[in-house]
Amino acid sequence: MHGTERFTAAVHQWLLGMFSPGAAHIAEMVLTGLAYLAFFAVAGLALVYLERRIAAFFQVRLGPNRVGPFGLLQTVADALKLVAKEPIGTKKADHFLYSLAPYFLIISSLMAISVIPMGAGFSAFDIDVGVFFLIAVSSVGVLGILIAGWGSYNKYSLIGALRSGAQMISYELSVGLSLLTMILLVGSLRFSDVVQAQSDYWLIFKGHIPAFIAFVIFIISGTAESNRTPFDLVEAESELGAGFHSEYSGIQFAFFFLSEFINMFIISAVAATVFLGGWMPFHIGDLEGFNHIMDYIPGPVWFFIKTGFIIFLMMWFRWTFPRLRIDQLMKLEWKYLLPLNLLNILLMAFFVWKGWYL
Amino acid sequence: MRTGTLFDPIEQDLHTDEYKINMGPQHPATHGVLRLILTIDGEVIKNVEPDLGYIHRSIEKICERDNYRQIVHLTDRMDYLSSHINNEAVCLLIENALEIEVSDRVKVIRTILDELTRISSHLLWWGVMGMDVGALTTFMYGFREREMINDIFENTCGARLTMNYNVPGGLMWDIYSGFVRDTKAFLKHFKPKLKEYNDLLTDNIIFRKRTEGIGVLSKESAIAYGVTGPTMRGSGVSCDIRKLFPYSAYDRVEFEEIFMQGGDTFDRYLVRMKEMEQSIHIIEQLIDNIPEGETLEKTRAVIKLPKGEFYQRVETARGELGVYVISDGKKSPYRMKFRSPGFSNLSVINEIAVGHKIGDFVAIISTLDLVIPDIDR
Amino acid sequence: MGYFSDIIHGFKTLLTGMKVTGKYFFNARKEIITQQYPDNRDTLTFPERFRGRVDMPHNENNEHRCTGCQACEIACPNGSIEIIWDRVLNPETGKKKKAIEKHIYHLSMCTMCNLCIVACPTDAIVMTHEFELAAYDRSDLTFVLNKPGSKLMAGVEE
Repeated sequence: MHGTERFTAAVHQWLLGMFSPGAAHIAEMVLTGLAYLAFFAVAGLALVYLERRIAAFFQVRLGPNRVGPFGLLQTVADALKLVAKEPIGTKKADHFLYSLAPYFLIISSLMAISVIPMGAGFSAFDIDVGVFFLIAVSSVGVLGILIAGWGSYNKYSLIGALRSGAQMISYELSVGLSLLTMILLVGSLRFSDVVQAQSDYWLIFKGHIPAFIAFVIFIISGTAESNRTPFDLVEAESELGAGFHSEYSGIQFAFFFLSEFINMFIISAVAATVFLGGWMPFHIGDLEGFNHIMDYIPGPVWFFIKTGFIIFLMMWFRWTFPRLRIDQLMKLEWKYLLPLNLLNILLMAFFVWKGWYL
Repeated sequence: MRTGTLFDPIEQDLHTDEYKINMGPQHPATHGVLRLILTIDGEVIKNVEPDLGYIHRSIEKICERDNYRQIVHLTDRMDYLSSHINNEAVCLLIENALEIEVSDRVKVIRTILDELTRISSHLLWWGVMGMDVGALTTFMYGFREREMINDIFENTCGARLTMNYNVPGGLMWDIYSGFVRDTKAFLKHFKPKLKEYNDLLTDNIIFRKRTEGIGVLSKESAIAYGVTGPTMRGSGVSCDIRKLFPYSAYDRVEFEEIFMQGGDTFDRYLVRMKEMEQSIHIIEQLIDNIPEGETLEKTRAVIKLPKGEFYQRVETARGELGVYVISDGKKSPYRMKFRSPGFSNLSVINEIAVGHKIGDFVAIISTLDLVIPDIDR
Repeated sequence: MGYFSDIIHGFKTLLTGMKVTGKYFFNARKEIITQQYPDNRDTLTFPERFRGRVDMPHNENNEHRCTGCQACEIACPNGSIEIIWDRVLNPETGKKKKAIEKHIYHLSMCTMCNLCIVACPTDAIVMTHEFELAAYDRSDLTFVLNKPGSKLMAGVEE
């Protein structure tokens, strides 16, 4: 039994001791919800800070370093400023849709984050169609972008939103198919089973060649899913100003901004869970001593290290590559990623059939 | 609909149409207050209409008021990225009109600073070009090297951008004592960085795909529109004033005029990248043997040009800058006209941008290397 | 096989680019080029020829070198220098001589072109290294360069 499981069990017992079973259940749900909301805010702010800091180091400058030690409170200050600001919209905007759009994004990312296990038994709900649920829910976010682009009555926003629609729908395929490749190896869509299957070797090592190809495809299409450079056509600063959120300000803008970073976190977390073993420690075959030392590091730490690594990789992409054009984006998906992905699934199926995996 | 024709509700309610968007006057891609009215069908550009005048300061008219010494500093504010070259154009014109022969020292120093200006301008362009296609890091790298050049300028004449170092008859001061040392240090620092730039952007597959075959400017239309500078040489037309009408010390250095044949965005990009190498080559030839001599020839306190018309052309980082003066023998010109490279280069935009997407359009205006105050003056 | 070699070539170029930025990231400590400006205000160094705002140096006896010849006023392209002068009786020689009352400098119109400094025959005005020139009020941008009660340094006019 892992530490995190003991922790959740202890909380469960404590609540049962205090309330009737029904009330305890409700209290648990409320607590989980609050914990996720808190995590959402903290992770979002931390990621914004990290992004700015890392970007600065790539660009031979210092980045925010004034507010708080090492500028750690800079993003908090920025968030407070955005919250305090007056939302300035456009007069001709479709006000209902305009105000609705940010919530689509933020709720879809909140729901997606809930199925990812951050430690043993450390996810809000561990359903048996977890991977499927995640793909389904994260594609709701694009509706928010489309609505924002349509509702704000701005041509630049509309162009950005339409680009986003085309982009998200295409790259959803690659994300789904590359995850499917790994599911072939595991045989279950439940995230906890996916992690459990990696207790001896991480899936990227287990499935070697096809798993690595799937990993690369997942990182590429995941970057596209989270609208980051080189796939940031949705915002495309030098082309469209700010794209779909040109007309947003104040807290609504903050929602877009945060959900963008949370999406990046989700993509990285999924990559870490499916390919790099989630909260499973790093083990090498029969090296008992080494494996034992690795086991001492708690699961959540492993999870965040792995997620952080993928996030860093995505930031590295962002601060190195130029942006693609919309037709090239489509070409990359439909002419390269998708065929390769389908071939890769066949390859993986063949490997699984023959038992050619670790 | 009682006319007997078939009524198509989809055609009636959901017809597609072209629409117009304003790119600028405030837009990150126009690098200033240029307004481009784009007619767009979906993402494809159907027509581009530049709208100028947002930063018009009537420099030409002010020149008619000022005396010849004062005119020089106004040209700083036209193409602010090649201010030294602009200053030199006016000074050369005055010197030619008054038949003043400046010393070799002045010529060589002017040429070195010209080339440093060119590198600095191209560096800024390179950084911004990267930024326009989405690679934000190039901007800081370009500026890092540019900073060294700016420091040299600052030590030479006290200003980083609006130099005003040339005066009619020579230079405002002699170069500072560490000029040769600093310039050499810069060259040593800069040469390996060029390779880095190529690794980072030029060879990048995304950048290649974004620029190759985009915005093709044919030789014929380049000539017809009066395009000059690297933009023209990207289409394979020789137009380098430094080669065709050498001024200052350009007749004594050997360098290549860079040509590309394709005329697309990538070719224009490559011309500028290679021009930086040629500029290094020119500076290396001159920096070790700056001749001794006077840095300022004696001129009258009040300069009066003889009656007549005068024209002087120089090669700025953007193309041919022409200075045209009609003098009536007074202390300020009767009419002064600047033929600025940016204006002619911009005029070709409708020719090369139509049929491309918005993303490409940004790359295309970036390789035209527009400086808006140069266009509006 | 152009399809697959394209992919491999593409990846190679992308990795080269990442190598460049990665090199800077992992050497971030050494390579920083930006300055932390308001903090390093005390240690800022300026080139000798730096062009800040125009000023008129005075010696310890509150004397300046300006004879009021107005060369700077004529040389200035923007009219940022205005000299108010008068003929003052010199008690020693008994002659009336030109002397400045106010040397007015409008910073708001100045372009730091250095032409006035070059034009001055007596080196009365210089470019200072002062560069933080913003002000809240336009009237703060007009300076009287000669200090009150100052007079011409002896021996400048010869």
